[in-house]
Parts: sequence; C-alpha cells; structure tokens
Amino acid sequence: MFQQPLFHQLNLFLFLCVLAITLAASLCYLAFFVGQRNRARDWARRLLFASWITQTLYIVSRYLLIGNTPVTTYHETVVFFAWATTAAYLSFRWRYTVKNFGTFVSLLIFALLVAASFASREVIPLEPPLRSWWLPVHAGFSLIAYGFLGLAFCGGLMYLLLERELKSRRLGYFFNRLPSLDALDQLNSHCLTIGFVFLCLGMISGSFWSKQAWGTYWRWNPKEVCSLVIWLVFLAQIHLRFTVGWRGRRAAYMMVAGFIVVILTLWRVTT
Amino acid sequence: MQRNTCMIAGRSLTLLGVNHKSTPVEIRERMALTAGYEEALCQLKQIAGGLEFYLLSTCNRVELLFASQGEEEIERQMIHFLFGDAINETERLRYSYCYRDGEAVNHLFQVAASLDSLVVGEAQILGQIKEAYRFAAAHRCTGPLLNKLLHKAFSVAKRVRSETGIGSSAVSISSAAVELARKIFGRLDDKKVLLIGAGEMAELAAEHLLGQGIGEVVVANRTLSRAVELARRFRGQACSLEELTMRIEQVDIVISSTGAADLIIRSEDVRPLMRSRRNRPLFFIDIAVPRDLDPALNDIDNVFLYDIDDLSQVVEGNRAEREKEAIKARRLIDEETLKFCRWQAGLAVTPTIAALRRKADDICRRELDRTLPKLQLSEADRQKVEKLAQAISAKMLHDPLLFLKSESCRPGDDTKIDMVRTVFGLQDDNEGTGNSNDGPT
Repeated sequence: MFQQPLFHQLNLFLFLCVLAITLAASLCYLAFFVGQRNRARDWARRLLFASWITQTLYIVSRYLLIGNTPVTTYHETVVFFAWATTAAYLSFRWRYTVKNFGTFVSLLIFALLVAASFASREVIPLEPPLRSWWLPVHAGFSLIAYGFLGLAFCGGLMYLLLERELKSRRLGYFFNRLPSLDALDQLNSHCLTIGFVFLCLGMISGSFWSKQAWGTYWRWNPKEVCSLVIWLVFLAQIHLRFTVGWRGRRAAYMMVAGFIVVILTLWRVTT
Repeated sequence: MQRNTCMIAGRSLTLLGVNHKSTPVEIRERMALTAGYEEALCQLKQIAGGLEFYLLSTCNRVELLFASQGEEEIERQMIHFLFGDAINETERLRYSYCYRDGEAVNHLFQVAASLDSLVVGEAQILGQIKEAYRFAAAHRCTGPLLNKLLHKAFSVAKRVRSETGIGSSAVSISSAAVELARKIFGRLDDKKVLLIGAGEMAELAAEHLLGQGIGEVVVANRTLSRAVELARRFRGQACSLEELTMRIEQVDIVISSTGAADLIIRSEDVRPLMRSRRNRPLFFIDIAVPRDLDPALNDIDNVFLYDIDDLSQVVEGNRAEREKEAIKARRLIDEETLKFCRWQAGLAVTPTIAALRRKADDICRRELDRTLPKLQLSEADRQKVEKLAQAISAKMLHDPLLFLKSESCRPGDDTKIDMVRTVFGLQDDNEGTGNSNDGPT
C-alpha cells in the first residue's frame, strides 16, 4: 500500500511541511535575535520542536516508502543530518541554555533542508549486499555525530564573531546578543566530545558493515578515506584540547573548517 | 505632558522637590536631611495631621509627596519644613519644582525608573525609594493612596528595566570593565584579579569586580607597604613588582595603573606564559596614562587588552544607546501614568457603587422581613423567595452599575455620578463610604 501514488504525495506534502515549519522557526529566531523579544523566542522554540516532529514523521514515511532506512541517497542523508542536528540541539537545549544559540542552529537546519530539497527525491533501491541492520546503526551513529559537530560549528561561528568584536574593541551588535566567550568555548568542547564519541562508533560499525557486505573491514574506497580524514581532523582537535589546552580562536577556526570538510565529504561522496 | 486631574475622592497629589538638575549643590546641601528619615518624618507627621505623605532624600534629590484635600495651611507648613529658614521665597521658586496630580505621578515614575537620575538608568535610585517608603510606611505616614502609588512606581520601574535596554549596558569605566570581563569569562567567582599600582580608578574597578563576586584580588605595588594596605582592604594578597610575571601566570584579569613612564608588561613576557596557562584567557585593563601595557598584547590569542580610551569609547557608545532607550521608557511611563489616573478616578465611583448596592440590599431585607412572617413557608420555599428578591434587585442594578463603571474612565467628570446619586436618592450616605479606597489592584 505504501507504493501508491497517494502515499508519494503524502510524502512530498510532509517534506513541504518540514520546510515551511523550519523556515518559520528560523524567522522567529531571527526576529528574537534582532528584537530581543521573549515572545518571539517562545514561538521559535515551539516551532523548532514541531519541525523536529515533522522531520521524524517524514523520515518514517520515507522508510515505509522505500523499505529500508532512508539514508542512502543524498536527499535522504541530508534530511537525516538535519534531523540529527535538531535532535542534538533539543537534547542540548534541555540541559543548557546558551543565549541565541537557537538562531544559528535553526538557520543551519534550514540550510540543510533547502540543500536536501534541491536533490532528487527519487527512490533508488539499495544493492542487495548492503541490505543489513548495520546500515541504520552505522548511519545513525555517524549522522548523530555530524549533528553534534554541526552544533559545535555554530558555536565556533558565534565564538569567532564575538571574539572579533572584543579584539577590535568595537562592541556592538553581537556583544549584546551573544553569550560569554567562555560559555561558547565550553559549548564547543562539549559538542566536540559527544560528536567524536559518535564518530568513533560510526567508524567501527561502518567497518563491521563492510566486513559483512564485502568481506573486509577496510577497502580504502573514497568514502572510507574521507571518513578517516574527518576522524583525524577531529581527533587532532580533541587531542590538542585535552593535552595543551587548545582553545579560543584557533580552536573555533578548526571546528568550522572541520565541519566544512564534513559537508564537502557528504556532498562529494553521496552524489 | 498634559495635566490630568487625579483625584482620590477629593484628594489631590502634590510633589515638591529639588534635584541635581534644578538646584545647585549649595542649596541642596542646606536642605539635606542630616538627621536621617526618622526625625524628619516625626516632625512632618505633626504638621501633616492625618495627611498621607512620603519623603525621599538622596545626594541628588530631596522630594516630598503628599495627598491633600485643599488644606492650604498644612501645605504651606510642609513647604516651610522642607526648605527651612535657610532658603527664602525667591530662591525657592527659582530652584524647586512642584508637580500636581498627573504630573506628580509621572515624575515619581520617572524617578523610580531612573530616567531623572544623573546617570540615566542606574539602578540605585529604586533601592533608595524603597528604603524611603519603608521608613514612611513604618511611621504610618502613608495611606491607601500612596501605598498604591508607590507600589505602582516599583512595578513600573521593573517594567521599564525589563522592557527597555535602559540599564543593560555599562556607563562608567569600572562597570564597562566588569561587563567586558563577564563577556570574556562568563562567571567571575572563580577568577582572580591582579591590581598593579594603586590609582583611584583601579581601586574603583577592583571594588566593582569584588562587588560582582570576583574570587580573589592580588595587589602589586612599587612600595610593598601600600600594596599590603590595599590588599587588606580587598581581603587579598600583596606582592612586589618583581614577581609580576609569575603572578600573571595565575590570574585572569590584570588592572594596571602605575605612574611608570614606560611599559611594565611586554608582549614577549606574556606570550610564553600562555602555554603554561593552558591558554586560559587573560584580560588586561590599562588605566594608566602613559600606558603600562604593551599594545601588542592584544595580538596574542586569548589575550584581550583594553586601555582607558577603549573603555571610554565603550561607555560613550552605551550612553548614546541609553538615551535612545530612555525615549521608549518615557512613553511607557506616560502610559502607566494614564492608567494610574484612571484607577484613581475610578475610585470616585466606588463609594457610589457601594451605596447603590447597599441601598438595594436594605430594601430587599426590609421587604422580606415584613412579608415572610405573614406567610407559612417551608425552609426551602423561604430560600426561594429570598433568592427571587435578590435576583430582581441585581437585575435592576445591572444597567446603572454598568453605566457607572463605563463613565468612570473619564476623570473629573462628576456630573454623571451626581445624576445617579440623585436618581437613586443616595445623597445622604455620601459620608462613611469614602474610606474604602483600596480599589482593584
């Protein structure tokens, strides 16, 4: 029944809902950022949560449509990425409040969804050897890792904006709207640590999947090499942070650069 | 703003005072209450009799607010008390201000919201008003009208603070330094500050930081005895200038204000320290002229350097910002003034409403008492008849009450109220209901 045209239409409708709600959430967050009115923030939070629910529904409907975890095409992967970022933010938001963090994160989520909307929504059946329960495990771990690294990227950007104002001694727009440098640095450290743990789990489960599908743990194909590069980039950051106390501007630049590598890999490897 | 007539059942508000804008300090100091609130309030209470009043005295202003019912003699005596013999009539007229009713309410709100302060937006004044009110209330000088008015002033001040950015940014050098420190470090309670040299400004900044809960103060000075003395004041440690580099490794904020002719901390001294500090941020504040700290310090990662000019620039920017916010705040206050005046005008109606209700109740009671004994009714039937009577009177009163409440929005228009009183024959019990002034809150 899930292959019927009607269900395809429902699927598309859900995706449009996701886009619209996320856009509304981003606009509310922006309005809060500019006007600092609490009412806008309250609405933005509700909308972002609603967006997460719709994203979940969309992914479930997509699962029913194609019959396996929807992380195989570019469109599906990026939507899952956006979902993981939203989930990471909501889990984070539940424990900590970082002033105006939501504005940056919601814009990132919206940008990801827009990128997904440009990609083909065509259903491509999965090659038989890859059909395994390792697929959802591997993809889940990796994309949750990317979600947390996405949060760290937003934190890094905010850090750089505020740091530039403080260094240039021209306090203005961002000074009043961003939290302290220390809070942003801690945010980065926190997200980097969680993200890295998931990244490791993703690598390990990926190699088990490869063993099951192709009979070897590591094949040096481009996707694997890219993942290794990402893993090394973040390993270096974690290492420097915990040994010599690397932090501040350079750490933030590294964070931003690392995330751009993630995006490029995702774009190159899945298309 | 336009003048409103704020009457509370015939009572009008008068606010007399002097402040830093209207009056030179020589006059203000002659008026200041040297003996504190208690004595002044006791004396005023004797003059005022039963009138409500409250007195505020700070270094920038002396203000007396009272609610009178046209007792000119008492007013004259209060003015005389406030200004004493030291100031004559012409000086008084020239330097003092006198607001009545709506203007008085507006002025009080502005003062509480710190729009009338020397430094617009500073938070101290609200505390001072609260203290003054506490004294006045403790001496039973205030009554229902002033209690309501002052509580309203507190909530207006709070509203202004939360809805405008009037108090959000620093407007003095030392508070700007604290604000910056907060932006860099987040929390200050586990941070240490090093004070190099002992200037007035540096001490002020250190005091401000201590007030914000900074963890520890270290004082370094050319003469160790002075350092020890200052350190004792700030409950911190003292050190000599020789051990500066070692100290910088441990502290987070450095405030320098020595009279030295050239730089005392150079970029090369600090750069190697960052590794052993594990890159924890360092915030340098240079208040000295000529400068003590190497401008190149700012180029080191995780080091932030602000000199006196940078801080002044921050302060200037914030002042301009506050002026803009003050416009918003004034509009808010005008709105609240209008609301208060409406409430007060509504009070004039309350006795009429009460009298009308009482009259209806009396009639019901009387008629029921006359009729019920003649009827042989069960308890349940009796209650039904009572309910019937009450329902009829309530329905009859519904429209007149609506009429009173709707017209109550127009202050000063007593003709409608008089009409209702005449129609229902309420003239006699005008007295005795005027005390119920505790209107809706």
